[in-house]
Amino acid sequence: MRSRDEASKIDSLRSKVDLLRLPLALSTKSISNRKSQLGVVWEKGGGGGGSWAGGARKPRPPPASDMDNESTYSGYSYKSSHSRSSRKHRDKRDRHRGKSRDSSIRGDKSVTIQAPGEPLLDAESTRGDDRDDNWGETTTVVTGTSVDSVSNEDLTRMSKDLEDSSPLECRRYLSPALGAVLGLFALVTPLAFLALPQLLWRDTLEPCGTPCEGLYISLAFKLLILLISTWALFLRSPRATLPRFFVFRCLLLALVFLFVASYWLFYGVRVLEPRETDYRGIVGYAASLVDALLFIQYLALVLLEVRHLQPAFCLKVVRTTDGASRFYNVGHLSIQRAAVWVLDQYYSDFPVYNPALLNLPKSILSKKMSAFKVYNLGEENSTNNSTGQSRTMIAAAARRRDNSHNEYYYEEAEVERRVRKRKARLVVAVEEAFTHIKRHQDEDATTSSPKHPREVMDPREAAQAIFAPMARAMQKYLRATRQQSYHSMESIINHLQFCVTHNMSPKAFLERYLSPGPTLQYLDTTRGRQWTLVSEEPVTAALRQGQVFSLRRLDFSLVVTVAPLPFLRLGEEFIDPKRHKFVMKLQSETSV
Amino acid sequence: MSAGQAVTAIVQRIEIHKLRHGDNLILGFSIGGGIDQDPGQNPFSGDKTDKGIYVTRISQRGPAEEAGLRMGDKIMQVNGWDMTMVTHDQARKRLTKKNEDVVRLLVTRKSLEEAVKHSKGSYPRQ
Repeated sequence: MRSRDEASKIDSLRSKVDLLRLPLALSTKSISNRKSQLGVVWEKGGGGGGSWAGGARKPRPPPASDMDNESTYSGYSYKSSHSRSSRKHRDKRDRHRGKSRDSSIRGDKSVTIQAPGEPLLDAESTRGDDRDDNWGETTTVVTGTSVDSVSNEDLTRMSKDLEDSSPLECRRYLSPALGAVLGLFALVTPLAFLALPQLLWRDTLEPCGTPCEGLYISLAFKLLILLISTWALFLRSPRATLPRFFVFRCLLLALVFLFVASYWLFYGVRVLEPRETDYRGIVGYAASLVDALLFIQYLALVLLEVRHLQPAFCLKVVRTTDGASRFYNVGHLSIQRAAVWVLDQYYSDFPVYNPALLNLPKSILSKKMSAFKVYNLGEENSTNNSTGQSRTMIAAAARRRDNSHNEYYYEEAEVERRVRKRKARLVVAVEEAFTHIKRHQDEDATTSSPKHPREVMDPREAAQAIFAPMARAMQKYLRATRQQSYHSMESIINHLQFCVTHNMSPKAFLERYLSPGPTLQYLDTTRGRQWTLVSEEPVTAALRQGQVFSLRRLDFSLVVTVAPLPFLRLGEEFIDPKRHKFVMKLQSETSV
Repeated sequence: MSAGQAVTAIVQRIEIHKLRHGDNLILGFSIGGGIDQDPGQNPFSGDKTDKGIYVTRISQRGPAEEAGLRMGDKIMQVNGWDMTMVTHDQARKRLTKKNEDVVRLLVTRKSLEEAVKHSKGSYPRQ
């Protein structure tokens, strides 16, 4: 344990040196990372701690120069090209330190600040037409080799993914690991309080009968409850890396640390030094520590899990490229936590961003400006003429009779008609294809004649067999709706196999292609996702009316506007059920 | 409908003598309307929120037709009693009092207004 302490001390020093080596603009990510290494940040709450971390390690208080999370830094992250070599060293070190968490790697997002010059090509930013999507027209017989081949583009993409994902994974688990260490230490402390007198000065201790045993039982059960609730609440693998501290979590970890430290201090001075003989008092002291830990866990539960449940704000999330928008109700959160929450909803609510569907065709828009030519009569002194020139052109174009809306309307109608026609063809082709196979029941084996044995196929072969007749219609339809980059032939056959296995109807098979699903459907969930939080206020500030922040990715961003939910004044009106009476509306005529 | 609004109208006085028909005294017309009725179904009223009493039918050669009552007339007063704010039943009772032989009605109709306008227009002021 001593050597590991030394190693970690050396590691932290080395990280400090790296910080100084960076250019003037530092990223908060790197600073928060350093801070997390020094045992202050943990992903999901402090409190009771866990049993996953290997070995108890005393967290050091962070040096004063680093506790500066209110100043703003520019977005120049340490992942830029300058520090690429140092990053590799740091990553290797992180990996060697040994992971104490054994949880599975699920899909998650890291809300980090990234350098602008780093393209991440993935399912969300498509490259459209330069893929090989001619498979529908040339495929007549589907063999095993053609399905398994990997194109060159996929290879480059995969290598880039590997490069990007591994540092994310390692950094992700650092802070939870440290929090777990602190928690484990806090959990072990009462047992240490009980065990140390027994080990060190057992003969001088006063014997303590029934009251002590009662306290033992209560201590055991409280520790068990603490363990179980910690496992239930805090031991979940983190889903996001935040750019700055999670204030509540840091507060709780600091509280736990202070608490346990002060208990140890008192214990060391009053019990270990004078070799206190009143064992019952010591047991009571340990029990009070466990009580206080339970209360801290209650505080953690309230701060981290419960406080933000009551809705207080309505967030409007708009995607900048195509205007898809949603409204969500959230409670009192900080900006970064709200950003993570919004991204969770984004992946399952928003239809996938298809850059091919965006703008008006150029032919419609470009006509306006090109029809005018401005002649400069007179002076040669034309310094301010360019703006004047463009303004006159714009004014003239605006006054001119504009028929481009006509073309837009007809083109839209044409596109829609084409899509509908192709959809009809596709539906018919798929229905027909599905009639070619049926499930093989075991009792059929005896009834089929031995002269014409029917070939029994497994789902994959069945899918390949019926894929051929529908391939062309499918490809034409995907081309018409500009979805061809999202569905490769392989993925379609996989989906077909899936549907055939689960007895789905042709309509169920087509549901995936007829409407653009949520982004989550197209994601490769083993990799993290990089988003940038752009905000005018510090991201640990609480949500307030009128705030606007945006979440940026490479080619689009989500703009989030905060509006408070209205205060509701609910009145009451009691209606006696007997007062519901009706009369017919009359029009009587009386003769007099 | 706001009660209490002053109503001005050009009215015609009509005096009907009740006819004895067996045991009953009949006037020879039917009424509709009243504040407890649905004014939207009144075919004779100009304003469909008017809950007044209207003459809906006149029997041929009865006392009412001979006295000059026409279908679609709105009855404003009966023997001095107001008819613009009464229920249907109250109106019926006012018209069928057994101890009265004569009812004097004040009725209004659209054609009265037209007639007054024409007369005002054709004769210059003197």
